[in-house]
Amino acid sequence: MNELIEFISNNLQIIYIVILSIFVGVEIIKSIPAVLHTPLMSGANALSGVVIVGAILVMLHSNPTDYVALVLGFIAVVLGVLNVVGGFAVTNRMLDMFKKKK
Amino acid sequence: MSIILSIIYLIATVTFIVGLKKLGHPDTAKSGNLIAAGGMGLAIVGTIFVHDLEVPTLIYVLIGVAILVGSIIGGLIAVKVEMTKMPELVSLFNGFGGASAALIGIVEFGNADIKAASASIVSTILSAIIIGAITFSGSLIAWGKLNGSVKSVIKIPQYNIVNNLFIIAIVALGAYVVVGNIDSQILLYLLLVGGLVYGILFVLPIGGADMPVVISLLNSLTGIAAAITGVLYNNMVMLVGGILVGSAGIILTVAMCKAMNRTLASVIFGSFTASGSVEGVNKTLGSIKSTTASDSAIMMNYASNVIIVPGYGLAVAQAQHVIHELEELLTDKGVNVKYAIHPVAGRMPGHMNVLLAESNVEYNMLVEMDDINPQFNNADVVLVVGANDVVNPAAHNDPSSPIYGMPILDVENAKHIIVNKRSMKAGYAGIENELFYNSKTAMLFGDAKATLTDLVAELKNM
Repeated sequence: MNELIEFISNNLQIIYIVILSIFVGVEIIKSIPAVLHTPLMSGANALSGVVIVGAILVMLHSNPTDYVALVLGFIAVVLGVLNVVGGFAVTNRMLDMFKKKK
Repeated sequence: MSIILSIIYLIATVTFIVGLKKLGHPDTAKSGNLIAAGGMGLAIVGTIFVHDLEVPTLIYVLIGVAILVGSIIGGLIAVKVEMTKMPELVSLFNGFGGASAALIGIVEFGNADIKAASASIVSTILSAIIIGAITFSGSLIAWGKLNGSVKSVIKIPQYNIVNNLFIIAIVALGAYVVVGNIDSQILLYLLLVGGLVYGILFVLPIGGADMPVVISLLNSLTGIAAAITGVLYNNMVMLVGGILVGSAGIILTVAMCKAMNRTLASVIFGSFTASGSVEGVNKTLGSIKSTTASDSAIMMNYASNVIIVPGYGLAVAQAQHVIHELEELLTDKGVNVKYAIHPVAGRMPGHMNVLLAESNVEYNMLVEMDDINPQFNNADVVLVVGANDVVNPAAHNDPSSPIYGMPILDVENAKHIIVNKRSMKAGYAGIENELFYNSKTAMLFGDAKATLTDLVAELKNM
């Protein structure tokens, strides 16, 4: 019990952010026309590529002689960029098609 | 962390929220996507350059090369791929994000002093690895299933129980490592492999039409994995970005389930068990009537209102351009043509809209289910192309049917119905469709693209 209280008091800020973010996420998605579900999912997918920031941090903090960390970090950055660039590019391409014909 | 970087992250976070919000409206969607992408770029550049660490040039070079390689490959795939392959592409990219999170977790497990670390740090690292691994292998299976390279839908008895025991075992092992502060590479890799295997077990038994729901769910899981990694680095942009994707993904998943009148649990654990009853039932439904392209063309030529119902079969046959040609021909002849779009037509909600938009179909010709249903009464001809379960009247009038209660397009109210299908094979739900036996229905058998091309040729000759 004491550990739980300690955990909560140490991470209060994070807990607040998580809860508020959950509500923001739910509210902005709530009333989306079905037409946009696929592009939205694709856009959200691109956003989940934010994990790349962590991959870059791994590389910045790693010791140049720690080859295992470097290789894993390198692969993590490549995969993260694939997720980000591919995700946004595909979403953009999908949305290009929604332009109304003149 | 420098205050400048914190401000950059703050700006990026705001662009994510604004971007997602704008993605929800047809007029602003494009700018929303660009805003979010800009914010992401800002966060990446800031992370690389704004810090007070002493970083050797080699590392910068490696990061630069990694970003270049990823951008080129990702950009090329995104530009080259066909629009019908969109869902599996989203799944593939999503899997990469998951893998990235798992790799970060592995490196951090090596870096951290596990023996002395607090339980929250160790559990954060382990959850990033496990969730990342599950989304990676699960997304790859989903990708394989959608492009047809993974076909099996294995169903061993008590499959769900085995699956659930498996995930419980993984969590228990993880808890053991956390509580005991055990710094063991073997257990780490055991957890990683466990996550990978669970991802496969989780997605493998799920049927084709439910794939979009699964992809959406996995997408949401990747967001959670990113958020967990954010906690590890106390990094706000990862935390908020990840949670946003996580919660938005869950809402989207539920919306997709609702459109199919299914619960998330029934998608994951499977509830369509009616496949055994397909044989025999058709005897009581009477006989079907088949028609030819020229007869169908004549019928549509002299109609004043035609509604086209595109479905999965149209997407598979890549017939979105031909159908647009057909619709233009009919419009030129003075026929009033509309498309009826079921929320889950195609392979994903909204997928049909993207496909038809690709072939330049006008946005206002696509009518959503609730708006088009009252108009079927006035339709002279309804042309159903490769759709089945979404037009099955059993959803209205057969309480014993597994799709009973699912919202459908009321095509049976039209004066004439032409159904283009490759064969009499049942749709995804594995049930008969009495619509095909309706006296107003004529079946036009053949591949969607070939048949529609014939129709266009016939119409041109009239």
